[in-house]
Amino acid sequence: MTSAPAVDDIVRSEYEHGFTTEIASETFPPGLDDGVVRAISRRKGEPEFMTEWRLKAYRHWLTMTEPNWAAVAYPKIDFQSISYFSAPKRPEDMPKSLDEIDPVLLETYQKLGIPLEEQKALAGIAVDAVFDSVSVATTFRKSLAEAGVIFCSISEAVHDYPDLIKQYLGSVVPHTDNYYAGLNAAVFSDGTFVYVPKGVRCPMELSTYFRINARNTGQFERTLIVAEAGSYVSYLEGCTAPQRDENQLHAAVVELIVMEDAEIKYSTVQNWYPGDAQGKGGIYNFVTKRGDCRGARSKISWTQVETGSAITWKYPSCLLRGEGSVGEFYSVAVTKGRQQADTGTKMIHIGKDTRSTIVSKGISANQGRQTYRGLVRIGQRADGARNHTQCDSLLIGDCCTANTVPYIEVRNPSANMEHEATTSKISDDQLFYCRSRGLTAEDAVSMIVNGFCKEVFNELPMEFAVEAQKLLSISLEGAVG
Amino acid sequence: MLVVNGLKADVGGKEILRGLNLEVNPGEVHAIMGPNGSGKSTFAHVLSGREGYTVTAGSATFEGQDLLALEPEERARLGLFLAFQYPVELPGVNNTYFLKAALNSIRKSRGEHELDAVSFLRLIKDKLKILHLDDSLLKRAVNAGFSGGEKKRNEIFQMALLEPKLAILDETDSGLDIDALRVVADGVNALRSPQRSMIVVTHYQRLLDYIQPDVVHVLSKGRIIRSGGKELALELEEKGYGWIDAEGQAA
Ligand SMILES: Nc1ncnc2c1ncn2[C@@H]1O[C@H](COP(=O)(O)OP(=O)(O)OP(=O)(O)O)[C@@H](O)[C@H]1O
Ligand SMILES: [Mg+2]
Repeated sequence: MTSAPAVDDIVRSEYEHGFTTEIASETFPPGLDDGVVRAISRRKGEPEFMTEWRLKAYRHWLTMTEPNWAAVAYPKIDFQSISYFSAPKRPEDMPKSLDEIDPVLLETYQKLGIPLEEQKALAGIAVDAVFDSVSVATTFRKSLAEAGVIFCSISEAVHDYPDLIKQYLGSVVPHTDNYYAGLNAAVFSDGTFVYVPKGVRCPMELSTYFRINARNTGQFERTLIVAEAGSYVSYLEGCTAPQRDENQLHAAVVELIVMEDAEIKYSTVQNWYPGDAQGKGGIYNFVTKRGDCRGARSKISWTQVETGSAITWKYPSCLLRGEGSVGEFYSVAVTKGRQQADTGTKMIHIGKDTRSTIVSKGISANQGRQTYRGLVRIGQRADGARNHTQCDSLLIGDCCTANTVPYIEVRNPSANMEHEATTSKISDDQLFYCRSRGLTAEDAVSMIVNGFCKEVFNELPMEFAVEAQKLLSISLEGAVG
Repeated sequence: MLVVNGLKADVGGKEILRGLNLEVNPGEVHAIMGPNGSGKSTFAHVLSGREGYTVTAGSATFEGQDLLALEPEERARLGLFLAFQYPVELPGVNNTYFLKAALNSIRKSRGEHELDAVSFLRLIKDKLKILHLDDSLLKRAVNAGFSGGEKKRNEIFQMALLEPKLAILDETDSGLDIDALRVVADGVNALRSPQRSMIVVTHYQRLLDYIQPDVVHVLSKGRIIRSGGKELALELEEKGYGWIDAEGQAA
């Protein structure tokens, strides 16, 4: 293991420059105040403007209250009992081998066909430098750089592209937006920055690189993607493998900015640890995702497959400001065991001839609780705006629930709105029919569920769609019978 | 091949099968007739392993194996097939995909290699012709939006594909127009072989003009009360079930 110290050095070096502190430990003690916010900023070696930005957010956050309108129930979170900064674990503190990892988790990795080295990384095991796929990353970086695309961590961007950060960070989701967004602005750990210059079509899906290297971005992740006029980028977030994390609360913010004739396709497959059968230990995922279609004919497409988390609170939204801009939301959300999800989207039509499409597929099994909450607002000046919403729920078993809460606000008479909603159940007849043809109950459920989700899977990049299908089948194993 | 002995079964606390005996040998075609509610579908469901029925007495063996101890999919893999009286819709599940998965799961359990997409499609095209079914049904979801007749033909199409050893056809003729009836009957006849047995549940002796049975049984109140040759069906058509009941009581 001669390479281990090297990794350690690399990991820590990032955090060393500008490191002057009253708090010397790797992980901050629990609690949040001005001092902690400053310390986070200092640990990350941030310039003054960023420290001020965080402090302003923090002070505003103090005046806010936690929202309680979502149809999810959980014990009250004590925000003073959370530690707001932890440096990446050092190898000696990590599990040493797969023998120390929950066998259930390993079984899932195997079913998903995840390579051994990657399994280790996912399970939080110290890995050799070899795995860091330095060569892959370098190739990626090179071809991105040739195209002029900036793709780096948000911490790096704060140092290297302060003007872009000043201009865009918080411009779509301001710190005043909501409680969790405010908290994120004050204490965000790290995340991703993407900048696609004018007229550039990003030469690759921003995925593989991300999936291997940008893990452990912490519990308060921040993502900012800017697509200049006429550009295109497809960004893939998350991972089909269940990710373990010791932090229960996750409050991420994602901001997308799209100029004239540009398009961002943002796909998420999220599979946070949902907790055990009693729902203990699962991740609370409170996410604010919003895209701003600033330019004419700009387009944002959100596709998400959500199978993890104990609690999901998430409404990827589109501000359709540019004339003829387009917003899309395709979602599959699974709740099983004791998982709860309150998720949906907001399509805010501001410009003329704006269009939005919402396709939401909710699957609920065991005692899963799920609410689709969607807002479509057609503003006064949004002449000729159009929306099509389709919300389908599929129930497996008798103890789960699914609700649809559509909010529709139309302030322009020329708007054209269509809304369809269905609820169906996988019936005993359907299962018996499949089984009488030689299929197992699990095969049958997975077949019916995948059929149900087809429209959404079609929107995912090919390779990811295959993984998402597999993931869905695995997550619903044991949901019947 | 199939031996059913003194089979009794309850559903919803009510005894429906009340001591049913039946023996089907390889290659034989048995017709079961009987009034509505006499337990024909119940019998078919119990044999194929549907949940919700409690077997309280008796036995059913298939090629010597205790059928009642097996899961529905295990029975299917042994070669049992039920053509449903009411085929079930599976919205969103592509028909071709479904059939391929079903066939391969059965092949796999028999230790045969799984068919790839190309050889499967070739096979399926041949079978479609037998039933005069349109290719376009393959691209649709299983039974979803199929007409009543299409659903029934699709059942026999599945049977042709899965090549069971024992097929139970539960009122496959109901709801078919005259031409479709002939097509389905031709399809069934094409599958007759010295190894393959069938139980054909029907209300109409007309079907038995096309599919000649070896034995005709009359099921009433959960029991087979009479068995005979093809002429029994003709007699029933003429005289109705009351005739047997009355005769039974007189005897
Ligand atoms: N789940 C149930 N609960 C109570 N009774 C049931 C249930 N399922 C079936 N039955 C009853 O069992 C009896 C037999 O039904 P079955 O469907 O086997 O009749 P059948 O002979 O196939 O009739 P048909 O010719 O109309 O198809 C009927 O009286 C029916 O109402
Ligand atoms: Mg019946």
